[in-house]
Amino acid sequence: MTLAEILAGLFSQGHSVIVRDGLVTGGGPFAGGKVHVVGVDGDTPLGVDGALILSRAVLDAVRSGDKAPILVVVDSDSQRMSRRDELLGLNECLAHLAKALLLADRSGHPTIGLIYGHSAAGAFIATALATRILAALPGANPSVMDLPSVAKVTKLPLDKLQEMAKSTPVFAPGLDNMVAAGAVHVVLDPGKPLDGQIRDLIANLQPGDDRDRLGEERGGRPVARGIAEAVIAQAGRG
Amino acid sequence: MAGAHAASTDPDALSWYEATARQRVVALADPGSFEEFLPPTERRMSPHLPLFDLPRAFDDGIVVGRAKLDGKTVLVAAQEGRFMGGAFGEIHGAKLVGLLRAALTLKPAAVLILFDTGGVRLQEANAGETAIAETMRAIVDVRAAGIPVIGLIGGRAGCYGGGGLIAGICSRLAVSEGGRISVSGPEVIETNKGAEEFDSRDRALVWRTMGGKHRRLIGGADAFCADTVSAFRQAALDLIGRAPAFDLDTLEAEQARLESRIARFGDCRDATEIWARLGVNDPESVPAMDTRAFDETVSRVREADHDAR
Amino acid sequence: MESLTFRHTTKKPLPGSVPNAITGVVASGNLEILLERVLPPDACEVAIETPIAGYGPVWEAVVADFVARAQPGGLRISINDGGARPDTVSLRLLQGARLMEA
Repeated sequence: MTLAEILAGLFSQGHSVIVRDGLVTGGGPFAGGKVHVVGVDGDTPLGVDGALILSRAVLDAVRSGDKAPILVVVDSDSQRMSRRDELLGLNECLAHLAKALLLADRSGHPTIGLIYGHSAAGAFIATALATRILAALPGANPSVMDLPSVAKVTKLPLDKLQEMAKSTPVFAPGLDNMVAAGAVHVVLDPGKPLDGQIRDLIANLQPGDDRDRLGEERGGRPVARGIAEAVIAQAGRG
Repeated sequence: MAGAHAASTDPDALSWYEATARQRVVALADPGSFEEFLPPTERRMSPHLPLFDLPRAFDDGIVVGRAKLDGKTVLVAAQEGRFMGGAFGEIHGAKLVGLLRAALTLKPAAVLILFDTGGVRLQEANAGETAIAETMRAIVDVRAAGIPVIGLIGGRAGCYGGGGLIAGICSRLAVSEGGRISVSGPEVIETNKGAEEFDSRDRALVWRTMGGKHRRLIGGADAFCADTVSAFRQAALDLIGRAPAFDLDTLEAEQARLESRIARFGDCRDATEIWARLGVNDPESVPAMDTRAFDETVSRVREADHDAR
Repeated sequence: MESLTFRHTTKKPLPGSVPNAITGVVASGNLEILLERVLPPDACEVAIETPIAGYGPVWEAVVADFVARAQPGGLRISINDGGARPDTVSLRLLQGARLMEA
């Protein structure tokens, strides 16, 4: 699905969403109220400049006090890899964007991620993974690192990694594996109206962070939830 | 649940860079006060590394627990940069997430994170990446509850990838000369964009671009430490006392601070150009400055100290 | 990965009362050693996980030498090896025993 198709499916009465240099901002009327939209389109890498444009839009929404949901649409590359970005503090800018989204969520704006294309590494963490609930459309391709790069870093042959990827969701790229890890909560049905599915997600938002429970249930992160709870239990003693 | 004993060492003499994670924690805390959660004797080891024929560690490369700092209770996590580059695997990440969630009910005086990480452990990439996202949400929850989260960065693996993002979520950061904070590592940039974009073998360039002094001068870190455990302890105590609130005002201020940084320095090719514009008289001399001379230089840079984090 | 386990009988227990200790780090050319005082006072067990296969006899000799020198009765010793040389292994084992005697 393209961004234009997604927006058409969400906003039957029109919208003000614009895409400039791969950065998505705007909003539209939704379910008797409205929805803010921010994001990254067209497999664009996210650098310091883009991160601050998106965080500005999120903070403006929080300051408006309208408590409207914020939809974070993502088809990005990884973080922009450059000397300039690191010199200017890319870690601070990406963290700032994530903080803005987490603040919005705490301030009564439901935050929903929608990944419909690629995303990876720091860009994925600062956008889609900083929302309360992350939905995906079939065909989305989130990853930490592609397998050829994993092969390079781990010094393992690519064909061996490809073979392992079939049985081991914990390291392999792709939507199914991110669903199994609990990072992606739900895969939407492109055959059904999108607005209704997003409306249902917003209506059924749960408090807290349930990603480790999902990862355990789905088998992609078998031990994380138990470890976190064991730490909490030991910390509570003595 | 007595934690395993580690060699005790003198905090004034112990190099932060050279010390192991466990040595750092034991020497940082009030003597004898550290109590480890899920200590090595529990053998909570990675279920995934054997698939890659890689050795495991009894603590999965992170030490978490409770300690006293000047008599006050703090929760502490310390990454071991020498094991798998300190990277976030499933258990490693879940121990940090659990510690932060525990802080919400225990209400310690602070949570200290001793970063030493290359980012996500690729053999457990999806688990590591998701744990980083959970950690960031948990830190925000802890900060919003009024508990400072302080990052200490000076280990051999630096603070890269998702670790750099987590550092950016913390209330305050202390960094030493050897501490590097960045998202993409030098080798990653060079591999993807070529040596003309970033020559990873040029160590001086790496230190100028990502090192502790640059981060401190531009306000990316709040304290600069000599490479000793006692210097980091003193910085942690100081920073706990002046942690910014987590609210809209703070983030609006951070937005303005970062926008202004890019407007002023966005055309600079090298850190020395930025330092010159910040008003540093002899930018070329910064890398060789000792801690005292550097502190004096920082005290004249307005951008270095702020509550916009 | 290769797993090796060696069991020894010692002439005496290791002095001291420290219940457990850990030393070293799993890294290239290094290893971590976890020592626990959980066995009968005349028994010592050393269990090793190593990514470098085929060095069983070397490990056996290093462990036997350590047991003879330190008389680590009562200890279960667990090693995660990152490819350490025998002299490093000996050094760490003796360091570990000293921590337990404190």
